[in-house]
Order: sequence, then structure tokens, then C-alpha cells
Amino acid sequence: MATIFIENEPREADSTQNLLHVLLSLGYDLPYFCWHPALGSVGACRQCAVKQFRDERDTTGKMVMACMTPATDGTRVSIKDPDAAEFRAAVIQGLMQNHPHDCPVCDEGGECHLQDMTVMTGHCSREYRFTKRTFRNQYLGPLVNHEMNRCIQCQRCVRYYREYAGGTDLNAFRLRDTVYFGRFEDGVLQNEFSGNLVEICPTGVFTDATLKRHYTRKWDLQMAPSICVHCAAGCNISLGERYETPRRVINRYNHQVNGYFLCDRGRFGYEFVSSDQRIRECLLDGQPTNATRAAGSLGKMLEDGNCIGIGSPRASLESNFALRQLVGADRFYAGVSDEEWSVTLAALDILKNGPARSPSLDEIEQSDAVLVLGEDVTNVLPLMALRLRQSVRQQPIEKANKLKIPLWLDHAVRELLQDEKGPLFIAAPYATRLDEVATDVLHAAPADLARLGFAVAHAIDAGAPPVADLSPELTDLAGKIAEALRSAKSPLVVSGSSCRSTAVVEAAAQVAWALSKVGKPAKLSFCFPESNSAGLGLMRPRPLSEAFQAARDGKADTVIILENDLFRRVGSAEASAFLKAARHVVALDQVHNPTTAAAELVLPVGTFAETDGTLVNHEGRAQRFFQALVAAGDIRTGWRWLGGDPANNGSAKTRAWHTLDEIVQAIANEMPVLAGILHAAPSRNEVGKLAREPNRYSGRTSMLANIAVSEPKPPVDVDSALAFSMESGPEAPPPALNPFFWAPGWNSIQSVNKYQAEVGGPLRGGDPGARLIDSPQTTGWSYFSEIPAVFRREGDTWLLVPCFHIFGSEELSRLAPGISELAPRPFIGLNEADAASIGVKNGELIKVAIGSSTYQIEALLRPDVPLGIALLPAGIAPVDGVSLPAPGKLAAATVHGLAQ
Amino acid sequence: MEKPLTSRFRSDGEPVDIAAYERAAGYEGLRKALTMQPQAVTDTVKQSNLRGRGGAGFPTGSKWSFVPMSADTPRPKYLVCNADEMEPGTFKDRVLMELDPHSLIEGMAVAAYAIQADIGYIFLRGEYRCSAKRITAALAEARERGYIGHNILGSGFSFELHLHVSAGRYICGEETALLNALEGKRAHPRTKPPFPQVSGLFGKPTIVQNVETLCNVPHIVSKGPEWFRGLSRTGDSGTKLYGVSGKVKRPGLWELPLGTTMREIIEEHAGGMRDGVRFRGLLPGGASTDFLVEQHYDTPMDYTQVQNAGSRLGTGTMVVLDDKTCPVGMVLNLEHFFAQESCGWCTPCWSGLAWIEKILTAMEQGAGKPKDLDELAFQTKFLGPGNTFCALAPGAVEPLQSALKYFGDDFRRHVDEKRCPWR
Repeated sequence: MATIFIENEPREADSTQNLLHVLLSLGYDLPYFCWHPALGSVGACRQCAVKQFRDERDTTGKMVMACMTPATDGTRVSIKDPDAAEFRAAVIQGLMQNHPHDCPVCDEGGECHLQDMTVMTGHCSREYRFTKRTFRNQYLGPLVNHEMNRCIQCQRCVRYYREYAGGTDLNAFRLRDTVYFGRFEDGVLQNEFSGNLVEICPTGVFTDATLKRHYTRKWDLQMAPSICVHCAAGCNISLGERYETPRRVINRYNHQVNGYFLCDRGRFGYEFVSSDQRIRECLLDGQPTNATRAAGSLGKMLEDGNCIGIGSPRASLESNFALRQLVGADRFYAGVSDEEWSVTLAALDILKNGPARSPSLDEIEQSDAVLVLGEDVTNVLPLMALRLRQSVRQQPIEKANKLKIPLWLDHAVRELLQDEKGPLFIAAPYATRLDEVATDVLHAAPADLARLGFAVAHAIDAGAPPVADLSPELTDLAGKIAEALRSAKSPLVVSGSSCRSTAVVEAAAQVAWALSKVGKPAKLSFCFPESNSAGLGLMRPRPLSEAFQAARDGKADTVIILENDLFRRVGSAEASAFLKAARHVVALDQVHNPTTAAAELVLPVGTFAETDGTLVNHEGRAQRFFQALVAAGDIRTGWRWLGGDPANNGSAKTRAWHTLDEIVQAIANEMPVLAGILHAAPSRNEVGKLAREPNRYSGRTSMLANIAVSEPKPPVDVDSALAFSMESGPEAPPPALNPFFWAPGWNSIQSVNKYQAEVGGPLRGGDPGARLIDSPQTTGWSYFSEIPAVFRREGDTWLLVPCFHIFGSEELSRLAPGISELAPRPFIGLNEADAASIGVKNGELIKVAIGSSTYQIEALLRPDVPLGIALLPAGIAPVDGVSLPAPGKLAAATVHGLAQ
Repeated sequence: MEKPLTSRFRSDGEPVDIAAYERAAGYEGLRKALTMQPQAVTDTVKQSNLRGRGGAGFPTGSKWSFVPMSADTPRPKYLVCNADEMEPGTFKDRVLMELDPHSLIEGMAVAAYAIQADIGYIFLRGEYRCSAKRITAALAEARERGYIGHNILGSGFSFELHLHVSAGRYICGEETALLNALEGKRAHPRTKPPFPQVSGLFGKPTIVQNVETLCNVPHIVSKGPEWFRGLSRTGDSGTKLYGVSGKVKRPGLWELPLGTTMREIIEEHAGGMRDGVRFRGLLPGGASTDFLVEQHYDTPMDYTQVQNAGSRLGTGTMVVLDDKTCPVGMVLNLEHFFAQESCGWCTPCWSGLAWIEKILTAMEQGAGKPKDLDELAFQTKFLGPGNTFCALAPGAVEPLQSALKYFGDDFRRHVDEKRCPWR
């Protein structure tokens, strides 16, 4: 720490930081553009100028850029100095020279950093009288809109996109006052994190194209703190609503989880909430019915023989719990394939019983040597990939420390490090986006990936069992990986269930455990497949196959399926057989799917936008989401249908959970492993009333005046302290309940500065979430000893392995128009030699036989796919129902009787 | 009068080939340097008081002494020659490279030895086609005779030297932007510190020197620092290539002792002003220096005294303004260039120069307004040293701020008369 003097007042400051960082952290308002807490300083915009003085006697001082000046002990600065203030106003004037001043028609208006900073400098009268430069805008795809005339050349977009996110198709072109930030030609932005440009851009150059289609100003949005449901990362988001439709999702900073960024699936997937595939009314035998009748039917079905429940990895803990309590724990089944389920449980057991800690995404970024075993992280848990991309800088930045180059001096550090990267090893069935920053890559069958992992563990600790028949290449690679992990300060192993292989996750655990054994505490992170896979796993439902068996045995008269399309979990034949075997099928879901189509009773369930609940992310962190809008009609929270409110189903078995807090408490009482969820967010009574609507929310009294002139009473939220209102108590919302970031003078998302104890650090009041698995076991564990044999093709079959895609593989987001537009066409990916063996060329159709089903799919020849393996796109029709991996037979397809 | 830089020049405009160069004591400096300790070479250059001839005048030996020399220094170390001569009015390095390319190559070999650089690049202005051809030929000759490459003259010291022809932007002459360009990146200047000596090309220790500076080095090593200091008429050592362009009788380039007066250069070497025009002022060292006017006519043209007169020696190549040329038009021409060449990185530079260009254009077209003069004055302050990321903008406003000072009436006449009085 250092003492620095601001306007001659001594203040404590972090001497390793720059003055801008320090001044903002101390609560001073100092305008800036090119600097960003996640991107560091480059000194381009010159907006944060302050006057620095040598000592008390120095009255002249010199102008310095706060972002480029270290906060060393004894530094004396003045923000108020008239020269500095005049200079900052001149910088704004320069920045605004070509700006179109089109705030009234700009989507950024009202939450624009450029507006805020302009007001902050006091510049208001325009002296420049000449023609402004203009640009042609580009089409950048369905997610991000481009309006270059607003650009102020702060360079943040390309720095974020290229240097931080690893994108290559956005760049700066031309020079002088005509620098153009765009693509070489019109086209969809190729980076999976392109949506962050919307928040990175301090003005309206890059805006949310989905918001544009149903535009609402920030001040007119009713917002709620929410959690992204499109993968297991559990990114914190803020969802905005107006006129009962969700309008947009923006980042809700959580230092431990998502930091400043979201992936494009998470940011733009929300439009599925408005999809025409939504179930909006109760259906009995395919016919609409009202809630009372539907509830009555449910009650009767519950009493008609044996009843079982199928839970869901995309439903909240509360809804799953309500179902479990309704049918009984021994009749509550996991709604995923057994292959996925066994891997999920194995991973959870490893985290609970082993010595390796499951890290947060922030801890993942801090790791300095990483092994990824069997995961395509970018397409399965995208934000983790963005963090891993930063982790490869951890070892090289030691060089900067040695030369005393401050780490915040971003370009100086990048110029020093050039392309140098720390150890990141990726072993996966096929090439992944992160391969480009990896030290070494292996593409192999799941069994061989597991063998590599076990070999690495053995190379770290000879006490771990050796791997028989290991090739010299893999022995070398294992040795190299072992050495890199062992010599790191904070090694990390990442794996997950994408290969649907218990051996792979055990091998990953073996590596982390071997490191622990040799005195190097390693972190171990699993990519769980869905937003609440870990939560469902902790509830320990029985495997799905046992539900199928119960149905075959006639022990499942009524099947209640919670937020789950079984046709995506198992083959359609198996799913149909199961549903046909039951006398009654009740499906509760958000969207229509083959399962709801086969159900006798369909109950409409609210999405994350309309309900509250708790999800457990990949880390084991329980986080609560809150509704931003009140669902129309009979749409209800899952747990309310299943027993929250007797009025809903009239069943004798109902339990009296009238509020979220009651059911959360019930879960904590009933399931000690989940007791931590009490701390995921404050209960309704712990805090005063909190407004979902900003102070400037307009039209409250007239929004519905076309229907009735009297203002309806706002809905009452019995579940949380959040009110559907502009009215709020005096206290600031606790982080877990904060619907939006907004501070006096700071209308943009950059107002998050005011919510952090130190800019870029944890939120004041603590980062939301409660870790449910938090105490690694130092004793009582032992190495896995079952090591799979080398992968060999079985007869004339290929091993079909799922290939994930950020756009399309996830069930809900694929219903958002922007996301579905970017989803890949169905393909079967295989090696050229394998394709040649069946006489197929790239782009030709292949007949794929899996079990009793056959599909005709276009061949995509990929050199990265190992021999004997074929990739099928996960979750993408027509193979979205195939449980992978599975053996399959491939043959050249014939069209109209002719061989292609 | 000794003229070490130009004495080998042939009169037919052809380059000095390696045989002629060797006959005229060429590569003797390198041979001698290779017998010395690298540190001793740096010390010799330090004692000579050689200052950088690219415009900033930084002491060359001091610059070299910041290069880490310990055994664990990151490798390779680089020596880069800044031959991106794009300063308007400046053509001195071109003449050196076209007429005596070996002198540059030898200078680089000696400098590389002093800092123990492994790899060198000559970053050459794209338009200098003739220089490129002649340097390429000379590099081949030098490589063949073992003056560059592996194990130079059997000394055990190796230095690979490459020519890189720039794609052409003024900002590439800024030494750190040059490094980015050489790395294949956008030519934005870099933050200093860290200085290139610590983290330069590809993040490795690097020295960047101007052509003329390097050409002096072999002579200093061969003949000693005292000899070099004795070449000058003032405290700044050596000779200097002075150039004059504008309406003088004999525009040209001459190697003269540092500290030769402006009067002597203009009157004796450039032959005085053409008939019918009078001297009004000059930019002493390329476009990005402040005007000097008649009152400065007897200023000795060295680093210190030109600075005392309120300008900078810069590249030492003078652009003369006469009384039949509109000073506003001349400044507009320059500011158009600078506005166009702003890399677009920092706000004062890209916004201020564009605004200045527009105001001056308006004045020349008779559309100037009285408050434009205040705005111009403000912009020269706004774009001043310390306010911008690099030296481009402060340099760009030097001719403007001094023109406002010395030719303010001419600017006011443009506004008052709503026209350019010279048209």
C-alpha cells in the first residue's frame, strides 16, 4: 500500500495500481474511455488527465494521464486543477468532433458512457463547425449492430475482441480521424464473445441487435437479477422487461463468476422466452383448459396408482425438490441419459470426496498451468474458455514483473510477451477453439483421453497406477504435461461430461489428486452439461433407466415430467415406449417439444424470466435468479404447480410452500447437502423493499391506458424483496438482489465501478452465490485403478461422439431467432481416410445407422477427427435425440435409388 | 574541412562499391571495433558526444549504455536503423544510402557489436526505391566479404542484417511505431517506459538509430572521440548534413561542421534567396520544427543553440519561406500532411490536427472567422508535449504555433479580407 495525496488529502492506495484505478476505487469521478478494468491501460483517449505535483512546494505540476501513472507512495495529484479540467473538456470536445449527436435515436442513449463522461467534464457547447466524417456501416450478423459514425476511436473494441477474446475478424482500419473499426467485409462476427462489444463500446457503435428489434430505454426497463440458464457457468445477468416481454440481457458483474463478460449464447439466448414454441396455457389431451381444471386433473392423476417423477437439469432446485417431495425420493428420477448421469455423479463424488478444490471462473483465470481433458470448453461452458484464454498469460507475465513493467500497462506487457503462452494442454475428441492458444493438443477417442490422463497422473506420482501399453508418443506427452503441472504455482485440470465417459473424469481427477499427493494443491473443474446439472446431481435422483424399468414393470401409472424433453435424452423409440407404458403422462415445461406433445396433461411453466429459483453451477455455487416479468395467463413456477399452492392442484399431497423462502428452507431442512442455498441470496424479510424499476421509469400510470385508464395495482411479489415498482427502501440492494447497476452520473453499465470495493474486484457486500462443495478432503481418498484399454473400432462400426456448438446444442437458446440463425447445419464429421473407406467425399450424404434408427447426414471431412470416430452435432436435429457416444454404422447414402 | 560522411561520394551519382569503400579506409572502423571490448566501443561513442541525427538529438552512447549486457539478457537483441525518412523537407539519409550504402552497413555492424546485437533491420521508407536497390547490393557485397553475417571477420561475433522496406506512413518514423510496424502490427507508437532497450522489437532489447547517426560511428571508432568533437564549431560534436529547400538559388545538401550559422548555410552554400524574393523565415529541421526568422539569421545551427532560439535542429534540413509565399498556405500544406499521417491513436492528435487542417483550409478559402485564431492557438497548446501519446502532434503544431507568433498578421489578414492575400 501507498499513501497518495489527492487534492492535498492523504489517501491509502494500492501502489501496484495506476492512478485512474486508484481514484475510481476511492470513489472519485474521473472520466475515461480507453481504459477498462479487464483490459488495462493504453493511454489512447487522454481523457483521464490529472495534474501531478512533485511535492508540496510544486505549484506548477505537470499533466499526466491517470491511467498511465503508477500510484507510487507520495504521489500528489489534483483532479480539480483548472488546467486538467480544461484539458479533459478539450478531449471530450475532440472526441465529439465527428460524433453525430444522435442520442435521441441511438440505442445507447440513457446508458451511454460517452454521455456520462461528457456531462462529467462539463463540456456542452460545440465549437467545431465543419463537416463530420461519415462511414458506411457493416452487417455484423444477427446479434450485434454496427453504427460507425458514433465512434470516438477509443480502441476498446479491437483491444477486447482481438487481444482479450482472441477474435481475428474485427480490426482497426485507416488512420487519422477516420479510423474504422469493423470487419474486412460485411459478415457475422466470428467470435463467440462478440456481444460484449455492446458493453465494451462506450457509445453506440456496437449495440444489441436483439434489443433493437424490441427497443426500450434502460430507464424504462423493469429489471431483475438473474442467472443465465444456457450452460453450467451460472453467469450473473440482468434481464430487462417492458410490456411483459423480455427486452435484453446484460452482464451483472460477479467477480468470481462472469466478471465483465458473457458469451453470445448467454446474452442473446433470452429471446426463447418470447418464442412461439412457448407453452402459454394448460393442455388436457391436447386441448386448452384452464388452470383450475388442469390442477384438478393433476390431482386425480396423482391418486390414480403409482406415481413417478422425472426431474430436470435445467429446472431449479426448488422445482426438482417439489417434484421429489410430491412423488417421494425413491420415485424421483434423473431426467438425463444414464451415460450422462453416471458421469455427472462421478464428477460430483470426486469433488465431494477428493482433495482437489473446484475453482470459480476467476480462480480458473488465475491458474498458471492447465490440462483440459475431454472437453470442448468454448462450446460447452463458453465463459470458462474466455477465462482459460487469459490463464495462458499467467506464467509469461512473470517476465513483466521481473522487468518491473506494471501489469496494468497493457500494451507494454503484450509487447514484451508477444505470443508467449503458458502451459495449456488440450486433449479432446476433436479440435477446439482453444487449441490455438494451447501448448500441445491431442485429438483422440474418449478411452485414449482417459489413458492420457491416467498416464499424466502416474508421471506426477509413481504411486498412481501406470497405464499399460502406452505408446511412446503419449508417454512423452504425459511426461510433458506432468512436468508443466507439477512446476506450476496453481495448476488446474478441466474435464466434464461431454465425452459421457466416467473414465475421462476419473482420469482428470487422478491428475489433480496426484498433484495434491506430491504437495501441489491442484484445482479440478468439471464442465457439467446444463444450468442445474450439478444441483440435480446433489439431489441424487435415481437413474432414468430405472424409471423406464418401473414403467415396464407396471409400477409407473402416472409419470410427471418436469421441464424435460425425454426425446433429447434417449432415443425416440425408448422415450415413446416409456411414455406409452404410463397411464398418465404429465409434462410441465416452458416450450413445446415431443414430450409435451405425448403428454396427457401439459402444464405451462415459467422460464427464468418469469420465475424465481436456485441453480447450482459447474463450480458447485448455488445462485438465485429472480423474475423480471410476471407471466401472463396460467404460466406458473414449476414448484407451484407441484405443491406450492393447494389452489393450484387440489391434491391432498400438496405441501404448504407459499413462498420461495419457505421452499428454500424446506430444501435446506430436508437435504443437508443443499443447506447452503439459504445463503445464495437474502430472504424476503432480510432486506427492505427493492425496486425492479429505475427511478426514471416512465409511463407507469399510462402504460395500460389503452385498456383501462385507472392504473392497475402492481403485482405483489411474495417471493422476494424485489417489487414490481419504482419504490425502494433506503438501503442499497445486496449484490445477489441487485437488479441493475446505476449510480449518480454513471448511467451506463460502467457504473459497476461504484458497486465494487476496488474497481475490477469483488462486489461490495460480497460476490453472490453460496458454494455447496467447498471442503476438499485431504484423507480417505484413493486412486482410481480402472484404466480403459486402447480405443479400437468395433467391427465395422464407428464410435459416434457428440460435437458441441455454442449456437444450437443447447435446448432453449436455440429457439432464439438470432441463435438459431447461427446454428450449424447437421453434419457428420469424420476423417478423410474413414470417409474414403466408405467412398464418401466432403458434402456428400452418409447413411448413419444408430441402433434401430437411421439418418442421412452430410459428411464434413475434418482432419482433426481421430480414425474410427465420427462426430455428430449435439442437440441438433435430426440427431438431437441420439444419446451419444454410441456405436454407429456408416455408409454412402443413396438418393432416389442411385448411389451418389 | 573534414567531411567524413560525404568524402567517399562519387561525383557521378553512382554508389561507392565495396572495393572503393575498402580503398578509402572502409570497414576499418569495424576491424578496429572488433579488437575492442564492446563496452569500450560504447564508451568511445559516449566520449564523442555524438547525438542522434534523426531529430531528437539524444546522446547515442548513452542510449547504447541502457542495453542490458549481462549473460542472461534475453536474446536475440536487435539493432534497427530508422531509415524511414518521411519528414517533409528532409532528404539527407536518402543521399547517404544512395551514394555510400556501405557506410551505413559498417556503422550498423559496429553499433551491433557494441550492444552485442544479433539481428539488425534497416527499416527503409517505401518510396526510396533507389536506396533499396543499392542497400540490397551492398548487403550482398558485405555479406560476401564477411562484414556481416556469421562470425564477422573471424571475430566470433555474428550479426545478421536485413533490409525491410516500409509500406509507408510517417508515423513509422516514430521509433516505437516503427517497431510495431516491423512486427507486422498497426504502426501505433508504444508506451515508454519500458524503453526499447529493455523491451523493443518482439519484446527483446533493441536500439533504434537514424541513418546519419550510424554512418558517423565507424569514423568515431577509427579516429577517436577527440577528433570527432574537433569537427564541430560548437559544443555539439561532429559534422552535420544540412539541407536547404525553398526559393533559394541553390537548394541542396552539404556536410558542414555542426554549429555552422544559418546565414552561412543560406548565403554561402545555398547561394542566398532567388532574385525577387526575400527571406521571411525557415523551418530549421524539417516540417515539425518551429519557424526561425530573420532575427535568428546568425544562430549557429547546433542542437543547443537552435533550441535556445525557440526551435529544434531536428533533421537539420531547412525549409525556407519567402515573402512571395503565403505562410498560411505553407502551414496548411504541412498540417494537411500531419493530419493525414496521425495514426489515430490519441484523441488530441487525431481530432486536433483534423480541426486545424479544416480551419486553415477555411482561412485559405476566405471562410475563416475571427475566433478561429483563438481556436488555432488553443489547439497548439492542447496538442503540446505531454498531452499526446507521442511526439507527432507536438511536432506538428510547432510550425503552426511559431507561424502564429511570427506571421500572425498574415493569418488575421486572411480572416479580415476573407481571402488569401497571396492569390
